[in-house]
Amino acid sequence: MIEVRWHGRGGQGAVTSVELLALAAIEEGKYAQGFPAFGPERRGAPVMAYNRISEKPIKIRSGIYHPDVVVVLDPSLIGLVNVTDGLKPGGLLVINTAKPAKDLRDKLKYTGNLATVDATHIAREELGVPIANTTMIGAVLKATKVLKFESLDAPIEERFGRIAARNKKALKRAYDNVKIAK
Amino acid sequence: MKQKKWPEAWHEVTPGCMVFTPGSASTYKTGSWRAQRPIYDNKKCIKCGICYLFCPEGCISETAEGFFEANLDYCKGCGICAHECWPQAIAMIEEEV
Amino acid sequence: MGKRIGMEVGIAAAEAVGLCNIDVAAVYPITPQSHIAEHLSDIVHDGRIDAEFITVESEHSSISACAGASATGARVYTATSSQGLMYMHEILPIVSAMRLPVVMGNANRAVSGPLNIWNDHTDIMPQRDSGWIVMHAENGQEVIDMTIQSFKIAEHADVMLPTVLNMDGFQLTHMIEPLEFPTQAEVNKFLPDRVPYATLHPDKPMSMGCFNMPEIFTETLKAKDTALINSKKTIVKIWNEWEKQFGRAYKPVETYKTKGADTMILTMGSMGETASVAVDELRKAGKPIGLVKLRLWRPFPLEELRMAIKGCKTLIVMDRAVSFGGAGGPMATEIKSLLFHDKDRPRIVDFIMGLGGRDVTVENFIDMVMRAGKKKDESYEYYGVRE
Repeated sequence: MIEVRWHGRGGQGAVTSVELLALAAIEEGKYAQGFPAFGPERRGAPVMAYNRISEKPIKIRSGIYHPDVVVVLDPSLIGLVNVTDGLKPGGLLVINTAKPAKDLRDKLKYTGNLATVDATHIAREELGVPIANTTMIGAVLKATKVLKFESLDAPIEERFGRIAARNKKALKRAYDNVKIAK
Repeated sequence: MKQKKWPEAWHEVTPGCMVFTPGSASTYKTGSWRAQRPIYDNKKCIKCGICYLFCPEGCISETAEGFFEANLDYCKGCGICAHECWPQAIAMIEEEV
Repeated sequence: MGKRIGMEVGIAAAEAVGLCNIDVAAVYPITPQSHIAEHLSDIVHDGRIDAEFITVESEHSSISACAGASATGARVYTATSSQGLMYMHEILPIVSAMRLPVVMGNANRAVSGPLNIWNDHTDIMPQRDSGWIVMHAENGQEVIDMTIQSFKIAEHADVMLPTVLNMDGFQLTHMIEPLEFPTQAEVNKFLPDRVPYATLHPDKPMSMGCFNMPEIFTETLKAKDTALINSKKTIVKIWNEWEKQFGRAYKPVETYKTKGADTMILTMGSMGETASVAVDELRKAGKPIGLVKLRLWRPFPLEELRMAIKGCKTLIVMDRAVSFGGAGGPMATEIKSLLFHDKDRPRIVDFIMGLGGRDVTVENFIDMVMRAGKKKDESYEYYGVRE
C-alpha cells in the first residue's frame, strides 16, 4: 500500500487531485482512498489531502502520518508548513517549482528522493490559469509509477468535460518533463 | 506560575472553555494564506470607504490622509475590495513565490 | 452486480436514496452531511427521480415535514448530523410513537459545546431512547446497502418504525473509496412500493398523533417497546434477503477473528475497520485477540452479542461518546447492565476515545489492548487525554 500526502492551498485543487488519483486507481481495479484533511473550507489557507492506493482492500481509516510520497502543489508553502514531516526514509518528495532541485534541497535540508517540475508554468500555458493540481498528477505518476498513465483519462474527461483535453496535455507535459533525482 | 498561551491538559481548560483574552483571533495572522495582494492607486481613490466596509476580514483601515490600506498581516487576498472599488483604484497582484 | 467505481461516500448515500423511489425528502444542510443534502437536491432538480424536495428552514422542520408526509403514505428521507439531530430531538419519539417509517441518514459529528464539526458518536447517543431503529455503517459500501435496506425495514408491516443509519462524518462521508451500486432493476426487485398501514386522506378521515391519558400511556409505551424489540427478527430476515440477492452479508453483530480469542475489542462504526488491522497485527504477534462490531444498536442485539463474545474474558469497549456524570461510555454501560446476570460475563474495560474527531490509529488500538491488560479497576478512561 502506498500513502501520499498532498500540500496545497485551499482553492488550488489539492482535494481534486486526490479525488482524480483515487478514481483512476479504482478504475484500474485497485483499492484506493482519497480524502482531505477534514475541516471548514478556507480559500488560500494551507490544506492537506491524502491518498492510499493498494492492491488489497484498505481497512485503515485513520489519518496518514508516515507517507511514502509527499506532493507540494504550492512552493510558497515550503517554510510555512513542514512538508517533509513524517516522510518515510526512502520516500519521495514531489515539488512544483521553477527553481533547480539543489535550491530546494538546501532550503529543506533534504537528501532523499526528489522530483521537481514547473507545474505552474505548464498550467499557465496549457490551461491559462496557475492551478497546477492536474499537472502535478503527471509528475506523481512518472515519479512513482503507481498507476498507468492512461488511467487518468476517464476521470479527467468526467470531471473537466470541455477542458479535459487541455488538462490531459498539461498532465502529459509534467509527466514528460519532471526531473527525478535520487 | 506562567500562564500558558493555550490549555493543553484537561485541567488547564477554563470552565466552559471561556477565552479571557479579548481579540485573541488577532494572534492568528492569516496573511500567510494569501496568493494575491491588493495594491492601491491613490490617484484614482475617491476616499469613499467602500473597500473598508466590504472587507470581510476587517483589515482595511483609513490612513491619516484619508486613503485606505490593507493590513497585510491579515489580508487573505480575497479581492472583494478590488471588486467593489468604484473607480477601480485597487489591483490584485500575485504574491511572489 | 456492478463494477467498482470511485465516489465520495456522502454523494453515494444520496445516489442510494435516489434508487429508492422516494416521494419526499426534507433536508436541512449541516456539515458534514451537507454533500448528502446538496446532491440529493441535485438529483431531484435534474428530474432523475420524481420526488418533492422540501427546502425547510431547520432540522426541527425537516423531521416534522417528513413525519407529515409519511403520514399520508409517502416514502420519505431526511439526513442530518450533530446539532441538527439534537434540534430534531423532541420530534423523534413522536415519529416512532406514530409508527411512521421515516428513513434518516446521520453523519456522526460531535455535539456542541464547544463547537466541533468532527466525527464522534455524541450526536446519536442522546437519541438512544427515542424508539427508532439505530444502525451503523462501517464503510461506503455499507452506507449504500444499508440506506436501501432501511426503507424496506422501516416500511415492513411487522416493523413500521423509523430508522436512522449512522455514517461517521468526514471519516466516511468525505472519503472517496471504491463502491458498487446495484442497478435500478435490482433495487426495484428488492424494495417493493410502500404499503402504508394507514394514511391521512380526506376520503377516509382518521386521526394520528393523538393525546393519551395516564390510564393507557403505560400500555402504549409497552406496545412501542415490544414493536422495537420484535423488529430485530424482521431486520435479520431482510438482511438475509439482501445477502441472497446481492451476495453481501449483514448481521446485527459482526465478528472478526474471535475464534479462540480471550480478549475482544468492541467497536461501532468505521473505526471497526482500523481496529481489524490492529487485530491482524496482534494476532501475528501471537496474541489471541478478536474484534466484535455492533451494526445494530437499537433494538440491542443481546443474543447475538452473547454468541459473539463466547469465551471472551476481557471485552474492551471503544466508546466514541460519554454520558457525563454517569457510568461512562454508553455502549459499555449498556453491555455491562445487560450482561450483569450472566455468570460467565467478561471483564469489561471502557475506553472513551476518538472524541471530536481525535484520530484513532492502529497503534492506538494496540495500545488500548495493552492498557486494558494492566487496568485494575472498572472505571472508564478517556484514552489519550492529556493530564
